Amino acid sequence: MWGFYFNELIRSLPFFLKGLWMTVAVSGLSLIAGTIIGFVWGIMRSSRNKILRSIIGAWVDLIRGTPFLVQVFIIFFILPSAGIELEAFPAAVIALTNMGACFICEIVAGGIMAVPSGQREAATASGLASFQQLRYIVLPQALRTILPPLVGQYVLIVKDSSVVSAIGVVDVTRVGWLTVQRIPEGLMVFGLVGLLYFAICYPLINLSNLLERRMTVVATKL
Amino acid sequence: MLEGFNFRVILEYMPLYLQCFSATLWLSALSLLGAIVVGTIACAMRLSASRLSARIAGVYIESIRSTPLLAQLYFFYFGLPSLGIMLPEWVTGIIALTLNSGAYYAEIIRAGIQAIAYGQIEAGIASGLNYFQRMRFIILPQALGMTIRPMLGQAIVLVKDSSLLSLISIMELTRAGQLLTSDRFMPAEGFLTTAAFYLVIYYMLKGFSGGSEKRLIFREAH
Repeated sequence: MWGFYFNELIRSLPFFLKGLWMTVAVSGLSLIAGTIIGFVWGIMRSSRNKILRSIIGAWVDLIRGTPFLVQVFIIFFILPSAGIELEAFPAAVIALTNMGACFICEIVAGGIMAVPSGQREAATASGLASFQQLRYIVLPQALRTILPPLVGQYVLIVKDSSVVSAIGVVDVTRVGWLTVQRIPEGLMVFGLVGLLYFAICYPLINLSNLLERRMTVVATKL
Repeated sequence: MLEGFNFRVILEYMPLYLQCFSATLWLSALSLLGAIVVGTIACAMRLSASRLSARIAGVYIESIRSTPLLAQLYFFYFGLPSLGIMLPEWVTGIIALTLNSGAYYAEIIRAGIQAIAYGQIEAGIASGLNYFQRMRFIILPQALGMTIRPMLGQAIVLVKDSSLLSLISIMELTRAGQLLTSDRFMPAEGFLTTAAFYLVIYYMLKGFSGGSEKRLIFREAH
């Protein structure tokens, strides 16, 4: 029986690859959009404008304090009652982008705040405008602190994208769920699902670790 | 969007919410205890001199960290019955949560232990402190100070992750929102109430995390 199911599973491999593509699409889009929005929010969060800072801080807290699954349900089920009809895919990308942006915002703000204030003062004294300070002085230095946790955050985005299977996005997890109804070998089916996620996440985790080692070595040399 | 927000329905469902709130609390608490135990053992194995047990712990930690919790949950939920092991859903849920968070706790504890310079322990021995005194006065205060924040952070993640248990039909906070949505078709009332309850837990844990820094034993010593 086991061999029969194994062959069945091999035969439905294209279905799994399709799901993998969906996972890559959802998390890839959210990762790009989330990084851009996260950097903008992070720069705003470390700015001197108090109102801006506390608005973003409150939003980040709300998102960090609630489970991603609940956020997905809120966007998918509540926005339509406000007249915004959303398919599962855009709802998933919006939810994942927002969550990613909130976490990246904290990483970026932390990185910027870790740059010694003397650097900014020196830049002001040299007559750089505030955008130039950010572009040439603060961000290049902050990037060293930002990059390793940023890649770590990408791993979380890929993993959290599995949650959007709950609203019917046919990603790898959903494919596994559908397949297990037909091939009742849970260990085998979700072993394969896990393997596919592993193939994406494990290299990313190692990249994050590598970046961390590289960046700290440079920092201690200075 | 919220002009028709129906507080009466929320009040009507409040007993259900409170029951589910306590379910979330005890499911998370049990998993948290289990995760700290599993994490400590996995960390001890990873740091042990035996190459085999270090290898086993490494495979466990890496495979958990590289795959999403939802896939792990389904792995146990669909996989254990195919091995002939029939467990109630909530036990499966706690097993998945425990093993998942255990891997992260192993990494947190390892970081805390490795951050203590070995010279400190040697200095303790040289000063004539016995094992318990070294633990009490040198190692634990520093290790706790270093790890209390990431540990509480992981506890917050665990509480949020417990929302995924609703997908294998365990009665907890997110499930309560789903019920309100399917019974009355009131997703806004259902999921926003759920989110509010999660925020209560989040702010409590976060407050404790902030307060712990003021206590001497949790303070980082250098």
